[in-house]
Amino acid sequence: MAESSCSPLQLALGPVLFYWTREHYAQFYRDAADWPVDIVYLGESVCSRRRDMKLDDWLGIGRELAQSGKEVVLSSQTLIESDADLRDLRKLCDNGEFRVEANDQSAIQRCASAGLGFVGGAALNLYNTAAIGVLERAGMTRFNAPVEMSGKDVTRLLGDCREQGVKADGEIFAYGHLPLAWSSRCFTARRYQKPKDRCRFVCQKHPEGLALRSQESKEVFTLNGIQTLSGACQDLRHDVASIAASGAGVARLSPRAEGMAAVVAGFDAARRGELAAPDPLSLVEADVCDGYWHGRPGMDHSRGKTA
Amino acid sequence: MELVCPAGNLPALKRAVDEGADAVYFGFQNTTNARQFAGLNFTHKRAREGIDYAHARGKRVFCAINTYPQPDGWALWTRAVDDAAALGVDALILADMGLLDYAARRYPNLPRHLSVQGSATSHEALRFYHEQFGIKRAVLPRVLSITQVRDLAKQSPVELEVFAFGSLCIMAEGRCYLSSYLTGESPNTRGVCSPAAHVRWEDTPEGLESRLNGVLIDRYAAGENAGYPTLCKGRFEVEGETYHAIEEPTSLNTLELLPELAELGISAVKIEGRQRSPAYVSKVAGIWREAIDRLEAAPGRFHTDPSWMAGLGEVSEGTTTTLGAYERRWK
Repeated sequence: MAESSCSPLQLALGPVLFYWTREHYAQFYRDAADWPVDIVYLGESVCSRRRDMKLDDWLGIGRELAQSGKEVVLSSQTLIESDADLRDLRKLCDNGEFRVEANDQSAIQRCASAGLGFVGGAALNLYNTAAIGVLERAGMTRFNAPVEMSGKDVTRLLGDCREQGVKADGEIFAYGHLPLAWSSRCFTARRYQKPKDRCRFVCQKHPEGLALRSQESKEVFTLNGIQTLSGACQDLRHDVASIAASGAGVARLSPRAEGMAAVVAGFDAARRGELAAPDPLSLVEADVCDGYWHGRPGMDHSRGKTA
Repeated sequence: MELVCPAGNLPALKRAVDEGADAVYFGFQNTTNARQFAGLNFTHKRAREGIDYAHARGKRVFCAINTYPQPDGWALWTRAVDDAAALGVDALILADMGLLDYAARRYPNLPRHLSVQGSATSHEALRFYHEQFGIKRAVLPRVLSITQVRDLAKQSPVELEVFAFGSLCIMAEGRCYLSSYLTGESPNTRGVCSPAAHVRWEDTPEGLESRLNGVLIDRYAAGENAGYPTLCKGRFEVEGETYHAIEEPTSLNTLELLPELAELGISAVKIEGRQRSPAYVSKVAGIWREAIDRLEAAPGRFHTDPSWMAGLGEVSEGTTTTLGAYERRWK
């Protein structure tokens, strides 16, 4: 596929899905201020028990990033279970400064009734124009495609949207461990045989989650508290041209504990058409996947067998 | 309290009605419903027969169209809604916001239930679906504790239906993409989880192995009970330990919570299992009918009959049952 020379594709840093320490978040976002990303999503979107960072802390980081010219969005929790969760959600939506990424209908309800625009998260299951149209009327300005959607389907969906006058921009999960499921059970606490209510925040010891392997050592999933991520890391840097061609305006890079500066640099080079094509004879690393975008099981890699 | 039972085919529908279901739910033979199994579900003609059978006995019929319309398939899903409306079903069970919108506009007088696949776990989410699409009832995901269900029931703008018995989804329903990660097919896109076409069994020197699209899900020693390789119920290795890292093969059984659910004003209890046999449906429907009747006759004196528990245990996955997330300790 031809690389577009002046791609309008924007890069976004997704919210950190893992539970890091305050110092780790602070350092990460100090660094990110200088990276060539256009949008930064902030906040705790996985577990309401993770409370090291308060809303004010996120707002502080958000202001600094906004000063550096980033569009800042606050991500809401995906699984809302209690009235306490709803109170936190209301505070988040009513922050008065930044737009919210609604990851559940609870957040949409709050944003829509308060007349606030919002970004639709990937777990809202927006697979068709009609659903996107409903949320656009409720105030949605951009939406994340479901992680399991293929590039072909995204292209068709965005084409149909434009044809029917639905304008919301599309965002694609382009890099990172794919968020695949949420439960009320905490699998990290289960690993340590602790009840969730007294989990002692063991997930904070695992800044990139816990690998779950098959009995023959294939990394199948990654446990991250109540969330289950893919075992392999999705990497679409060689598909950036087809992401732009699909009509999507944003590629999301999901933070990892190490090496994100290089990842961002790679995607930035790719969107400018300056990334060397992969050597077709080189082995694909076992822990990298791109199957979903190519219409295959998510764990697969389009260049065939893994190493 | 309404007893809602699964109908994977016409014989199951009839057995459920005969054994005391107040309502049955079914889907069409395509990807529009979340239990797409070979040889299961209803043609238009069979659905006609089933609806007539239930209506003649004063029972209600719901049609589940609870997968998500895909970019190239919108017409398949709207046709399912049109067909269900033409057949005269008593309610549609829907998950997708686009399809809910379509049904609300096209058939405003046909009740809409929010499927468990719609992932509504808070009263704000329920309010969203109610205000946008006029849903009458919502089926709650199996992730809430009984205390959380209690809080929700107090503030819900719509009737609530909860899962009472059957296979236990451990993930928030509608937001689980584990199956397509391994196989390319998921509940949302194709109405399947860990689909049989990708399952392979192999007898090896290490034991009997079950695989899903090549990925080893579990390995059984001689004499161990081997279960269907649902991907979240296998034995995996985490930090050198091999165990049921996500969930054991077990079924949900909330029979002992029945008085509490009734007291909370829950409108309906749902039995899972359209993929199960008519014998399963018949047995489970009969036991729950008896339990509900006994509760309603003497609410203060309800206790679970050991024969009910034994009967349900026999048809449970892994022959064990759990209260699941209803009981806080499970989390």
